[in-house]
Amino acid sequence: MNTYIYIFIMAAVSYAIRALPMTLIQRPITNKFVQSFLYYVPYVTLAVMTFPAIVNATQSPISGTVALLAGIIAAWLGADLFKVAVICCSVVLIAEFFII
Amino acid sequence: MRYSLKTKSNRDIFSSGMVDGFPIGLGYFAVAFSLGIAAKIAGLTPFQSTLASLLCNASAGEYAGFTVIAASAAYIEIAIITLIANARYLLMSCALSQKINPQMPFFHRFFIAFDITDELFAINISREGFLNPLYTYGAMLTSIPLWAAGTALGNIAGNMLPLRLVSAFSVALYGMFLAVIVPPARKSKVLTGLILICFAASWAATNIPYVSSLSDGTRTIILTIVLASAAAILFPQGDNKEANQQ
Repeated sequence: MNTYIYIFIMAAVSYAIRALPMTLIQRPITNKFVQSFLYYVPYVTLAVMTFPAIVNATQSPISGTVALLAGIIAAWLGADLFKVAVICCSVVLIAEFFII
Repeated sequence: MRYSLKTKSNRDIFSSGMVDGFPIGLGYFAVAFSLGIAAKIAGLTPFQSTLASLLCNASAGEYAGFTVIAASAAYIEIAIITLIANARYLLMSCALSQKINPQMPFFHRFFIAFDITDELFAINISREGFLNPLYTYGAMLTSIPLWAAGTALGNIAGNMLPLRLVSAFSVALYGMFLAVIVPPARKSKVLTGLILICFAASWAATNIPYVSSLSDGTRTIILTIVLASAAAILFPQGDNKEANQQ
């Protein structure tokens, strides 16, 4: 078993998954269900991946929870991508300074 | 339509891509660092693990692949596990195909597709109107090298990064997800409700017996298909002006 062949297969499969829909779907989709489904996909996927993962990503679930709340509030108030990310990281750093 | 860096507006878009890609790169770095450790345990050299990261750009997918390499399993097995761990990118690629200007030269699709990750997808889909490929390229430029460098360093340096920093870095990615989903939810009650239901369903799925034993990637796919279908049936796009705003 050759490690480079493994890596090549991983790369080929990863790329095919990403490139096939991008290249095969060339026109705007008119089917209302599919259109609505694709509209909701990003929100659902990102929400599902965020919680509860964020709570378990940190050393203590408390700091993860605080980061989640801080991130939601910051984004709600209109902070951009970078600011929200930095706020979440800082909150964890500060919170764990007290917790751990 | 051409996307040339000779015009100022295109240069601005390219640099805003670089700016948005950088925090993603920092988050990547921390995640890739732990991935590099996993690669080392699986027996990959620093060069091999860096190559895998440059070519695959997938945390869960690469991790799953490394476990297969460690077990010296059949080649078909690594193909299947990569497919399962990355299947959500298929959905993201479908969604992103709808953000492409039909006038855009075709070859850009091959390059944009290369780096459809959770994070890059998030920032690409949240752009207004059609996607300018230069934005994506800018973000790729500042994030992919950090992903690869993180894997290399993780493989070489193992457990040297302070745990506090790893812990803090690890929420950067989720912070970015929130920055994408929260602002549109503020304008739409449907989205607010949907996101809360997603949180609850996702929490339930990690605790319900049997479902919780599935991998994160598989759970994400199942929840996405079920919840996005339900939302599409109950609140179809088009009659609902409110949900159209982005």
